Amino acid sequence: MSVNPRAAALGGLLLAFLLAAPAFLDRYLLSVLIVSLYFAYVGQAWNILMGYAGLLSLGHALYVGLGAYTSAYLYAAHGITPLLGLFAGVAAASAMGAIIGALGFRFRIEGVYFALLTIAFAEFVRIGFDHIPATGGSGGYFLPLPPGGSDPWSLRGGPALFYYVILGLTIAALALTRFLVHSRIGYQWRAIREDPEAARALGVDVFRLRMGAVALSAGLTSIGGVFSAFYYNTMLPEQMFGISRSIEMILGPIVGGLGTVFGPILGAFVLTPMGEGLIALADGLGLNVPGLKAVIYGAALIVIVKFRPGGLWPWVARKLGLETPA
Amino acid sequence: MTEPLLSVNGVTKRFRGLVAVSDVSFDLADGEILALIGPNGAGKTTMFNLVSGVLKPDAGSIRFAGRDITGMPPEQACRAGIGRTFQIVRPFKQMTVLDNVIVGALRAEAGVAAARGRAEAALARLGLWDKRAAMADSLTLPDRKCLEVARALATAPRLLLLDETMAGLRPTETDRMVEALKTLNRESGLTILLIEHVMRAVMSLAQRIVVLHHGEKIAEGEPADVVRDPKVIESYLGAEAP
Repeated sequence: MSVNPRAAALGGLLLAFLLAAPAFLDRYLLSVLIVSLYFAYVGQAWNILMGYAGLLSLGHALYVGLGAYTSAYLYAAHGITPLLGLFAGVAAASAMGAIIGALGFRFRIEGVYFALLTIAFAEFVRIGFDHIPATGGSGGYFLPLPPGGSDPWSLRGGPALFYYVILGLTIAALALTRFLVHSRIGYQWRAIREDPEAARALGVDVFRLRMGAVALSAGLTSIGGVFSAFYYNTMLPEQMFGISRSIEMILGPIVGGLGTVFGPILGAFVLTPMGEGLIALADGLGLNVPGLKAVIYGAALIVIVKFRPGGLWPWVARKLGLETPA
Repeated sequence: MTEPLLSVNGVTKRFRGLVAVSDVSFDLADGEILALIGPNGAGKTTMFNLVSGVLKPDAGSIRFAGRDITGMPPEQACRAGIGRTFQIVRPFKQMTVLDNVIVGALRAEAGVAAARGRAEAALARLGLWDKRAAMADSLTLPDRKCLEVARALATAPRLLLLDETMAGLRPTETDRMVEALKTLNRESGLTILLIEHVMRAVMSLAQRIVVLHHGEKIAEGEPADVVRDPKVIESYLGAEAP
């Protein structure tokens, strides 16, 4: 794993900016950065499955929701800090991912049919949560704000706290993905993505590696759910598990570049500020356009698929001379 | 006499009504090169898929290196020491040539660095060293054929199954491939089972030939004898053939 010196310098600058950002950004801009980082994080988690192991999931909101509800319930009902609660969320999400994976891979449900299976499970669970009284059913579940206002060890605090938490998560996910991609597992995942039969002929245990990918991706995604629960304090089954949530999550990696380590981050940092910026612009002009964000994302997706089907990152990396020396 | 490396005993495979392979038996000694020939639809590729674990036989058994591998799944067959290529090449298209071969080499090596070394050696052997950084989907067909062989070779197999590796190669490329395989066989004692229509390659490589026709074995023996066998000439080589 060699590092291009230019990339290291640019990465260092970017990191310094991100670390200092809360000191000079206002509340609104910081919230845009938080949301961008959130989508970079969950996009990275989803990209492990799609971009590397080649499995299309259109139901990843399922894992966000499981992480969110599990950790929120443990905190609100039993006073368990989300730092511990997240383990329960990860376990629930990974187990759910493993169930979907086992069904899909055992019964040879591939490609689009696997994607349909992931949607079906997200919908099952959404409908299930509509009927669980302990978490408020379809009326939603709300996290109480603590009396003191701030308790970092329970993820209660101001924007700066959430900002550094999601920044840390995004960096950790980036490091983990980069490590895995350059390891034995990464080579084998990519081989499976390209041709499972040929991979098997080379001794790759396709079933086990796919199971590992789906469990890891689900677990990482659910940590994003823990973050989102404590950041927004509000959970509605429709909003947590809905398919539009799953779609929103995968736009970043597609725009940034599937199967690239920096693509999900770049994609999230292009789409989220662009969407927010145009909404702010419309508001400033006194226009109220419902669904404007969806239109913008849709248009961005069409442009990318038409002109840079491999995503923005490979192109940006080439332009900036950031490619890793071979 | 020592036990053969590969031993196929009375193997039969049916697809619905069609008997693709019917009660076929043959042995392959350690270090031997055996060619499987016969007309299209004779059951050669089916035989390969049975040995490499892609298909399970309906009857009969297959032994490899002293153990029963009948119906063993492909990834385990590979780990047992059987490497194979596909008749219709299956490169990992969006990976570099080197990365393609590293996937194979990871079967033989624990770490990526060691696998890279093994992969580079395999590429050098097959004459693909200069193209190691290219994406696999940019390769020409002959190069893809070489890549298939390099990838299978990198798994450090004891038995290499080559499915029509020479088809589509020009005569000089065929000769280069034949030389590479002969060298491997001589230097490392690699056992090779090949399906081949290119008789030029068969005659110069194979020490023995098995002829399949309509799923049945109709002849077996040394190349010079087999090509003179009237049954073989009638069914496969054609009366005009030398």
